[in-house]
Amino acid sequence: MNEIPNLTYITKLSNGNKSFEKSLLNIIKKELPREVEAYQLHLHDGDFIKIAEDVHKINHKIKILGLEKGCKIAEKYRMGLSEKSLKLKTDFEGILTSMLLFIERV
Amino acid sequence: MNCIVIDDEDTARAIVGHLVDNHPNIELLDSFNSAINAIKYLNEHSVDLVFLDIHMPMFTGFDFIRTIKNPPKIILTTSDKNFALEAFEYECIVDYFMKPITQQRFDKGVEKAIATQKDTAATFDSPVPDEAIDDLYVNIDRRLVKIDIPSINLVQAKGDYIFLKTADKNYMVHSTLKKIEDKLPQDAFLKVHRSYVINTRKIIDIEDNSVLIGKDVIPVSRSNRAELLRRLHCL
Repeated sequence: MNEIPNLTYITKLSNGNKSFEKSLLNIIKKELPREVEAYQLHLHDGDFIKIAEDVHKINHKIKILGLEKGCKIAEKYRMGLSEKSLKLKTDFEGILTSMLLFIERV
Repeated sequence: MNCIVIDDEDTARAIVGHLVDNHPNIELLDSFNSAINAIKYLNEHSVDLVFLDIHMPMFTGFDFIRTIKNPPKIILTTSDKNFALEAFEYECIVDYFMKPITQQRFDKGVEKAIATQKDTAATFDSPVPDEAIDDLYVNIDRRLVKIDIPSINLVQAKGDYIFLKTADKNYMVHSTLKKIEDKLPQDAFLKVHRSYVINTRKIIDIEDNSVLIGKDVIPVSRSNRAELLRRLHCL
């Protein structure tokens, strides 16, 4: 069963500060699509070093949104990229889709 | 204790900012999305602690540490545990946070930094002897370029820039004469004119109100002439 993004980390971090929660989510809402766009662009260019950097950066948000398995997939995907392997591309992009949908709705 | 945050990710800077806000003994001075901008800030401000991301494009966290002479205490923030070993090769690094950072882990790291603050202050209070500093990093086209101080012949003020002339290369740097004067060893460098700081060890000869350094004739103002002559080993 696929993991569902959650706000556990953000809620714990905010310690009840709703204004911070909102502000952090707004930042993620702006930044994550930009990072995904950069990832797609570098994928299109076949620039494996940049793709790996993008995946690394996105992985922070995967963790923030509580996707523990997703984080492991992203890490394996990133390691594979260093050998120019796109083996976990579909799994990783599935995580991206679920994150983008989630942040759109919260 | 004050601090700055260096991270190219907006989300990460916001999180550290929030963690700092929640800690009673630490104050956030500023945040930077690039290490180069932070270096400029560090040159002008006293900072106790830096929360530093390792993975940044162009100029990484480790590049930052290797570039600054007397780094403040640093806590690394990263999503990659593979750097832990390298991190502790640097004396200035007091802790290593794995992202995403929790308040509990943050507080622990900050307490560690506070505990070592006294040592840091002592280091900052002990002036580094001029002869120990033999290079200077200047920002040129977003790169920090190392310049060997003894090789500098002269520095000339040119509007918002300074023209730095060494034995074999010239540099145009966005800075002021005052700033570079403060960074150069006082026993060798002297402001001889409102637009010139010279390396007195490179003087070939002095004539009336000018000195010859390499092929450059540099004006010496009347008010600075006495100090210049005092510095020279005259017969």
